Amino acid sequence: MLQADLNIILPEIILAIFAMLALVGAVYTGKDKLTAPLTWITALVFVLLALWVGSREVGQTAFGGTFNADGFARFAKVAILLSAAAVLVMGQEYLARRQVANFEYPVLVTLAVVGMMVMVSAGDLIVLYMGLELMSLSLYVVASLRRDSIKSTESGLKYFVLGSLSSGMLLYGASLVYGFSGTTLFSGIIEAAGEGHAPLGLLFGLVFMISGLAFKVSAVPFHMWTPDVYEGAPTPITAFFATAPKVAAMALFARVVHSAFGGITADWQQVIALISVLSMFLGSIAAIGQTNIKRLMAYSSITHMGFALMGLASGTAFGVQAMLIYMAIYIVMNLGVFAFILSMERDGQPVTDLAALNMYSTAYPGRALALLILMFSLAGVPPLVGFFGKFYVLRAAYDAGLVWLAVLGVIASVIGAFYYLRIVFYMYFGEAGEPLDKPRSPLLFGFLMASAAIMLLGVVNLFGVEGIAQAASLTLVN
Amino acid sequence: MSNLLSIVTFMPAIAAVILGVFLRGEDKAAQRNAKWVALIATSLTFLVSLFILAGFDASNTGMQFVEERDWLLGLKYKMGVDGISVLFVLLTTFIMPLTIWSSWDVSKRVKEYMMAFLLLETLMLGVFMALDLVLFYLFFEASLIPMFLIIGIWGGKNRIYASFKFFLYTFLGSVLMLVAMVAMFADAGTTDIPTLLTHDFSSSPLSVLGMTITGGMQTLLFVAFFASFAVKMPMWPVHTWLPDAHVQAPTAGSVILAAILLKMGGYGFLRFSLPMFPVGADVMSTFILGISAIAIVYTSLVALVQEDMKKLIAYSSVAHMGYVTMGIFSANQQGLDGAIFQMISHGFISGALFLCVGVIYDRMHTRDIEAYGGLVNRMPAYALIFMFFTMANVGLPGTSGFVGEFLTLMGAFQANTWIALFATSGVIFSAAYALYLYRRVVMGDLIKESLKSITDMTAREKWIFAPLVAMTLLLGVYPSLVTDIIGPSVEELLSHHETALAAADRLGDHGAVVAASH
Repeated sequence: MLQADLNIILPEIILAIFAMLALVGAVYTGKDKLTAPLTWITALVFVLLALWVGSREVGQTAFGGTFNADGFARFAKVAILLSAAAVLVMGQEYLARRQVANFEYPVLVTLAVVGMMVMVSAGDLIVLYMGLELMSLSLYVVASLRRDSIKSTESGLKYFVLGSLSSGMLLYGASLVYGFSGTTLFSGIIEAAGEGHAPLGLLFGLVFMISGLAFKVSAVPFHMWTPDVYEGAPTPITAFFATAPKVAAMALFARVVHSAFGGITADWQQVIALISVLSMFLGSIAAIGQTNIKRLMAYSSITHMGFALMGLASGTAFGVQAMLIYMAIYIVMNLGVFAFILSMERDGQPVTDLAALNMYSTAYPGRALALLILMFSLAGVPPLVGFFGKFYVLRAAYDAGLVWLAVLGVIASVIGAFYYLRIVFYMYFGEAGEPLDKPRSPLLFGFLMASAAIMLLGVVNLFGVEGIAQAASLTLVN
Repeated sequence: MSNLLSIVTFMPAIAAVILGVFLRGEDKAAQRNAKWVALIATSLTFLVSLFILAGFDASNTGMQFVEERDWLLGLKYKMGVDGISVLFVLLTTFIMPLTIWSSWDVSKRVKEYMMAFLLLETLMLGVFMALDLVLFYLFFEASLIPMFLIIGIWGGKNRIYASFKFFLYTFLGSVLMLVAMVAMFADAGTTDIPTLLTHDFSSSPLSVLGMTITGGMQTLLFVAFFASFAVKMPMWPVHTWLPDAHVQAPTAGSVILAAILLKMGGYGFLRFSLPMFPVGADVMSTFILGISAIAIVYTSLVALVQEDMKKLIAYSSVAHMGYVTMGIFSANQQGLDGAIFQMISHGFISGALFLCVGVIYDRMHTRDIEAYGGLVNRMPAYALIFMFFTMANVGLPGTSGFVGEFLTLMGAFQANTWIALFATSGVIFSAAYALYLYRRVVMGDLIKESLKSITDMTAREKWIFAPLVAMTLLLGVYPSLVTDIIGPSVEELLSHHETALAAADRLGDHGAVVAASH
């Protein structure tokens, strides 16, 4: 029995052991000199593990239902591992040139990834909290990786203080849920909650838990930390924040509302619909005034989380499928955009001012075109893949009877289109300004181009992600 | 050839990719190559598209040349043409080589310019051929991207404002249509347009926020589609993006905008609004006829006081599109025939008028009417061509402009006499602004110093106008060329429309008139 259980969590065990070995090994040998090879090895381990997790068929649950290894968890894990690997590889050169390539960075990322993998598999409130905190604590530290930069340390501290607050809320909610249902197991909670409407105490617990989770996905009104942390953290770390943890938190969100509160859909549906609308509008409107591309991407991610939550708000299997597809598309777009941001330099110093993109298209037409495609995709303009993400969530919301949500969502997307267009405007219509350095890294160029190509070619069949996401969603909601 | 439509649609896009991948450099030779590639590609597309016309069977009211492949989420890649869409396809392929040729003097980022136009052609053709809702939406929305870039990169002084306004205005209109499409998908379980044409959407009254909506879901869907097409068309009062976009766009951009992009709105009304939501259309028709008539009169009056030639022609376009919506929503044979005819003819005439402005703009770099006068003395050929198209714009019998206006007015007369009466006064106003423009620009003595050395049209410019003149005249004296092709499909559409109305018990007094007119 135990052996079967251990077999199910083998990927997490391997990754945790790898992280500890890497830590000990690096401390006793070369320390920071080992960062570059360690980063590459970690990325490689992530990719191999992603392939393994993706193809492996094991039992559904382990440890008496506290850990789920269903198709839904697999989908999320593959997305997390691959995006984390991509971010590690992308940021390696950037960090090395700024003398912040500490060997702890890949180790912390690995630990965060372990936390995320536990999160998306959680079948119990305790496991949920364990995974969440492992991820969050690692993230607080990497946010302030640049110890000598005030902004970076500030962002780490802010993230930590607000993050702890949200963890507290989540814990409080969890304790209420435990108190009113008498169990921490999701399968027990769903029985205690019953069908229709939940008892009031459980409802309180649910709302607190949603608040805590909304913080992790940076949904309004728990989004305040996002712009500051995105801006303050070194760019590769911002790229990491924008991708893997978002998927993990969103998957956990879906897991909690469906496997623990699946019977009382009507109770959480309106809460999620509301934070979805608020996120879409606040993200779209607040981004208009931004001049820093990292802050802009922070607001952009708030908007996108709003759209993904729209899928979740529908409370159906199709809604979860739509959310998964949305997140997969969102990650690819963000990786491309951050590959671009990482290559924005002037005199060797990173630049994040939007105005630096003035007439970028004359100097580097290929890159400008790729970013143009990504921007239109983020705005959700067809035929780019970003549009299909929106189409899926709209369909899910409509099917669930949330027509008002769909209408407000598309209106927000028009407002949001403005700031993506503004980047295109700088690149193509602007006044010639001081040019940026010639980008050096062929790797970043590759990521940028690949991401743009996916956005363009995905129109054919979305690379088959539709079917996979459907299978994944059906294991969660049935 | 079973995939003729796809070949026609994607040929320009392939040329654009070839330009993007293989053409390097910004020197004279590269620029020339880019222009030639674009010209050859668009001309070839036109030639191939003639096969569509040749193989088209007008008596068959169904979809022809249909191609079908599976796509995502139960959607389909499905293309096809019928009597309503086939002429728009040909209009597009016909106008494109002329616009490319007219931009022979462009020297700024020529490669990108040609790529943008080629992509735009693919997207426009896709709009007219798509037989799947989402595929239609894909092409419809995607056409915003190249046009946004065309206005923004190659436009005039105020281009940035105009390009943003163009994009956001039309984007806002179409996203509501997207929600409606999602609703239709959910309701009918398919996005296949021919199936949806026969699907009856519920028309029992609904209550939304305490208001009772006559026509129920159909009216709501109609309004959502209307938001998109009315902006695209554009109809008064949501036309304000058009003058800005026209004035700032480069000549070729204006030509495409007026000749083809605006027609997408009208095509949308014919393909979706009228046949799919007959009850919704009927509920809204009086309102739409009303604002169409206002558009005709109001924008004609506005055109009268314009100082900028392009703006004047842009307003005249809005007025002419007013005839189109009036024809469509009078929902009878004459009205619909007239609307389609008017759109085709407006494609030639307004395109030619923008080219006329382009000819003198290239020489003097101003569009102010004030800056011109007496051009007839130095540019006799130009004066003649400009005169011809001015007259066509006014709707002189013998030109295609007359047929469209007359038929739509006749259709409107049957639907609502008062609105027809009101709209007819627009004919007089259009004569007023067009002739007034012509007098100020071309007639009189040539007294302005700057114009003393202006040269007449080059051979290239004359050749660009030749096909447009020919088509305008041909359709003017022999309109059956068009009405024979569109007639059966329009008849089919109308009979379906009337059955649906009868089923919904809305065929009241004016329905009887419609029925009597057959």
